[in-house]
Amino acid sequence: MTKGVITATRLGALRRAMPPAYVTMAGLVAGALLLAALFAPQIAPTNPLDLRSFNLADSEIPPFWVEGGDARFLLGTDNQGRDMLSAILYGARVSIMIGGGAVFLAAAIGVSLGLLAGYLGGRIDAVIMRIGDIILSFPTILLALLVAGLARAVTPEAANPRYVPFVLIGAIAIHEWVQYARTVRAATMVEGAREYVKAARVIGLPSARIMFRHILPNVMSPVLVIATINLAQAVLTEATLSFLGVGMPPTYPSLGTLIRIGNEFVFSGIWWIALFPALALVILVLAVNVIGDWLRDRFNPKLRSRG
Amino acid sequence: MIRVLLARAAQMLMVMAAVTAVAFVIFRYVGDPVLIMSREDATPAEKAALSQALGLDQPVIVQFGRFVGRVLTGDLGNSFRNQRPVSGLIAERLPATLELVIVATVLALALGIPLGVYCALKPDSWLTRSIQTISLIGISTPTFVTGIVLILIFSVWLKWLPSFGRGDVVKLGWWTTGFLTASGLRSLVLPSVTLALFQVTLIMRLVRAEMIDVLSSDYIRYARARGLPAGYIHRKLALRNALMPVITVTGLQIGALIAFAIVTETVFQWPGMGLLFIQAVSFVDLPVMAAYLLFVGFMFVSINMAVDIIYALVDPRLRTRAA
Repeated sequence: MTKGVITATRLGALRRAMPPAYVTMAGLVAGALLLAALFAPQIAPTNPLDLRSFNLADSEIPPFWVEGGDARFLLGTDNQGRDMLSAILYGARVSIMIGGGAVFLAAAIGVSLGLLAGYLGGRIDAVIMRIGDIILSFPTILLALLVAGLARAVTPEAANPRYVPFVLIGAIAIHEWVQYARTVRAATMVEGAREYVKAARVIGLPSARIMFRHILPNVMSPVLVIATINLAQAVLTEATLSFLGVGMPPTYPSLGTLIRIGNEFVFSGIWWIALFPALALVILVLAVNVIGDWLRDRFNPKLRSRG
Repeated sequence: MIRVLLARAAQMLMVMAAVTAVAFVIFRYVGDPVLIMSREDATPAEKAALSQALGLDQPVIVQFGRFVGRVLTGDLGNSFRNQRPVSGLIAERLPATLELVIVATVLALALGIPLGVYCALKPDSWLTRSIQTISLIGISTPTFVTGIVLILIFSVWLKWLPSFGRGDVVKLGWWTTGFLTASGLRSLVLPSVTLALFQVTLIMRLVRAEMIDVLSSDYIRYARARGLPAGYIHRKLALRNALMPVITVTGLQIGALIAFAIVTETVFQWPGMGLLFIQAVSFVDLPVMAAYLLFVGFMFVSINMAVDIIYALVDPRLRTRAA
């Protein structure tokens, strides 16, 4: 700690403002993966969602550098002859979509409830925060499994590939919103006592306008930091749900589903069906985690101790 | 101290009440119990009779009361899937999960504490840097990927260790243990390592942060100034205080581990409660889902409570503050 203070010359300050090389690297990797996922339909060699485009005769071909590999399928094929590279690109797209959706929903709910709790206080505050306490006393994965499982019990439609992403987004967000709510509530309480909020109140602006137009912009920076770290977490949770079989179905796979499919073949030594999607998942999450960690330390040292 | 504990106890009761309410809603409203339990060709009169027999015609509050009563006596209903009492199913699966979780926790502590202390004492060594890089990769790797990679290396390629099931188990009363046979112990290695690896990162980071904090405190500086040997300062004075939060986190993590065991048990086909739950989810076996929720909720609450009490006993400051 003290060492850092002594060497904090102007050069050091400049250097600290720039992200270190490994963070830039992580940014590039994450950016590349995002673009690859976004443009998957344009760059993928085949369309893994189109059952007619693959052939059972091509099944279980190893990656091209292994004996028996085929240059048409750079990372090999799965048990149905699906090109792994294409499946991973499309799978990453699904994973990022659901993860991003969950982060967005959780942030929207959490920020709104946090503003309400922090600005209004009293009973509303107590109710919101107690519900949050109870939710946080359970691990994300347990709650998400329960929600996804119950959705299926209520309506069989919940297992329909068209609706599964929404079920998953809800199942993940139900746990994650609490973090945003807690942070925003604390920040709102501080902001609420400031002059500009008092002034807005004096000229008779409605509470909703004060909360969302005046306070919100001033409490957003920690929200963005939490959202980055949360994205990695949400992608992992989605992958876990899909791996356990309550997530995306094999006809419309995410990275987790692909690993689930591959898991059945690991015992016969066919490693590429499980390992390549797993590698893609780990690289994606690692890159986002590195960026998130750096953002947290850089912009919000206070968050560090709270972990 | 007693006031703190009472406040915690009140919160725990609230959590348990919420969990029980959710379990009740699952039992009563998700899926129609009458439809599920009656024959397909049952007449409306038969259904009404069944409904009456189940007490479904009573007011909701009465039904909830009866539900709580049944839960307290350990009657959690029958599994839809194999028509056996759920409490029996859980009791049968409990030892497998607990043995897995306990071994994983011990492994995680045995690895995490020394690594964390090392990283705190030698912040600039290359070993510390590599440990920290690996730990970041560890956090980013989901449990099931770790499990698959371990199976691939140690079961498929090297053929050293079994990759599924518990091996041979020995019955001790109603408890079944894998600790007493060679195959049981061998079967335990990969799943417990998989489950532990996730925890190691967490414990290591925590120990490191706490250790760094404690090492820069005044009493350590004073001990150094007195010329006490470094080993004594680190082990007796610093580590002891740095381990306080580790007790809390490890305790709380045991609850999380039981939940994470769902994933590990799926990968290794380990016949524990997690596997039971995930099968219940895919077969929409509501009584088992509700019972698992209740049971895990109860475990969480009791573990949290136990951690609070241990904390109060271990930390002399909490005791004097109350006195």
